[in-house]
Amino acid sequence: MEATAASSVKPRRGARRRRSSTLTGRDRMWLWLMVGIPAFLHIALVWLPASLTVVLSFAEWDNLAPVSEISATGFRNYWIIFTIFETDLFGALFNNLVLVVWLTVCSAIGMLFAYLLDKNIRGTAIYQSIYYFPVVLSLAVVGFIWKSTMFSRDRGLLNAVWPGEPVDFVGDSTKLFSFDLPFLDPALGLSKNFAALLVAMAWRHIGYIMVMYLAGLKAVDASLREAAQIDGCNEWQSFRQVVFPSLRPINVIVVVITVIEALRAYDIIAALNEPRGTDVMGTLVTKSLLGEGSGRVGFGSAYGVVMLLLCLGFIIWYVANHYRESEL
Amino acid sequence: MSAVTFDDQLASAATGPEGELLDTVRARRAQRRGSRVKPMRVLLHSFLVLMAVGWLIPIGTAIYNSFRDYQTDTQPNGPFAPPEMLTLDNYRAAWDVGEMSKTFGNTAFIVIPALFLTLLLAAIVAYVCTRYSWKFNIVFLVLFTAGNLMPQQVLFQPLFQFFKYMPWPDFISDTNTGNLLGTKVAVILIHVAFQIGFCTFVLSNFMKTIPKEISEAAAVDGAGVWRGFFQVILPLTRPALAALGTLEFTWLYNDFFWGAVMLNQGDERPITSSIAILNGQYGSDFNLVAAASTLIALPTLIVYLALQKQFISGLTLGASKG
Repeated sequence: MEATAASSVKPRRGARRRRSSTLTGRDRMWLWLMVGIPAFLHIALVWLPASLTVVLSFAEWDNLAPVSEISATGFRNYWIIFTIFETDLFGALFNNLVLVVWLTVCSAIGMLFAYLLDKNIRGTAIYQSIYYFPVVLSLAVVGFIWKSTMFSRDRGLLNAVWPGEPVDFVGDSTKLFSFDLPFLDPALGLSKNFAALLVAMAWRHIGYIMVMYLAGLKAVDASLREAAQIDGCNEWQSFRQVVFPSLRPINVIVVVITVIEALRAYDIIAALNEPRGTDVMGTLVTKSLLGEGSGRVGFGSAYGVVMLLLCLGFIIWYVANHYRESEL
Repeated sequence: MSAVTFDDQLASAATGPEGELLDTVRARRAQRRGSRVKPMRVLLHSFLVLMAVGWLIPIGTAIYNSFRDYQTDTQPNGPFAPPEMLTLDNYRAAWDVGEMSKTFGNTAFIVIPALFLTLLLAAIVAYVCTRYSWKFNIVFLVLFTAGNLMPQQVLFQPLFQFFKYMPWPDFISDTNTGNLLGTKVAVILIHVAFQIGFCTFVLSNFMKTIPKEISEAAAVDGAGVWRGFFQVILPLTRPALAALGTLEFTWLYNDFFWGAVMLNQGDERPITSSIAILNGQYGSDFNLVAAASTLIALPTLIVYLALQKQFISGLTLGASKG
């Protein structure tokens, strides 16, 4: 039923000519408007600003001054953020990296939950609803909820499981672990308050991924598993060799969701007023663009471009994956 | 839910010549399992119950303690202690200091038009791209899909400037600057532009499954482009629209970023973005924070509990390739 892209080109051309000949001129004008207006809106408010940010990252500009005062500075902004603000930049990049790793672990847990819940067990709908409900909350609200009963030094429940001295998990930016780099003065490391935010994010992320995989697992051909079991695969082997490979479309989506979520994390940190030690690229960009300090537009945009470049690879990979075999 | 589908799959697998063989294999396996697997099931259930309890603790304690006083009750007695007195004072205080009657109003002003416009425009684009083959449809879909994954922070500064130079009559908004900057309309526009990407993606996946012949028959009967959309395709797309609408509602409601950076002054902020202000001023009364979180979470939780099916199928619609 699904023709491959290559073979469908020719007949489609013919079909198009035939069909468009039945369209009146007015219909064709409508078609252009129907796609043109939303596309214009999308390009003007998403792609154009993104390109302008790239341009601004090569410029110096105090954003209170008129646009005519923008002056080109080449790579100076990048040079400055990589050599003068390098503790900010690398601190944020490190936190983003930790997030990528952590959310990947959470995605694996989400997959495990989905796998267990797919085993035809009693009460699976109830379990699903419980694991899933944090997903409907904004990460800002998640941060707020966790702040109210989990994070505080006095009565926070995280301290009930924390082995050491009670910690204020919102404010305490001392490091859980850190390592020295020769070119960076304060050592890179994971601060306690950021680690606490990671736990709160896991609460939301696991349910999200679980639902994606539950949908994927239902689509896995049951006879494939049967065949694997008849061939004598144990549980792990049949998962590894049969189920997991046939989940490939979901895997692609989950990887993209996980990485993009980790790279553009912002809400939970900003909702708690950006405690020290929890900076990520998202807060760094916003802070330098919203701050009063003049001439920071260039730096903010340069931070933004760093962030964009990190995301771009995954975006392209995802889109290419989706539309490669897609016939339209 | 999964049980039903699994059975369905078994049923469909059991038809056909190899079905009988599978049946005997399955029966034999079930026999073996009956004696062996039970302890595993117990283990599985205890794990799942344990996790479920863990999942409910943050929100459960937050809701419970939102009805208690922090200074005189929760702090001395602990979050799990039986209450000395249950009170609605935290809710009253959160409602007042968070100016929630205003911020909830702002949210409604933003979310309802944004949701409607997004779904309508996305459905139109998806309709044209899937019903009429023309040169650019794949280009648009790629552009839309990729645009939706863009980090929002990267767009924000140019948009800020852009809205500053967009004239806008004052009587529609209450900013009195004569431009779009800082108005709720600006946030609506951003939401629509951003969410169109995902919605078009999902709806076009869905519309691809509607046979082309339906549209062609309508065209033969003389239906134009618009009638073909409103009277033929749109009614058939209703399930996808319901699912997507539920999902998009929570996303728009949950938006923190645009409300916070575009509506800087605070007066026009929607409820979710007002958390930052609330946290800055009253963040140390933890039970007030709990009450505020509960109030803010309530609309999405209600939508989730009422429309769980829609919600989940909305998410997975985006995941399937149609």
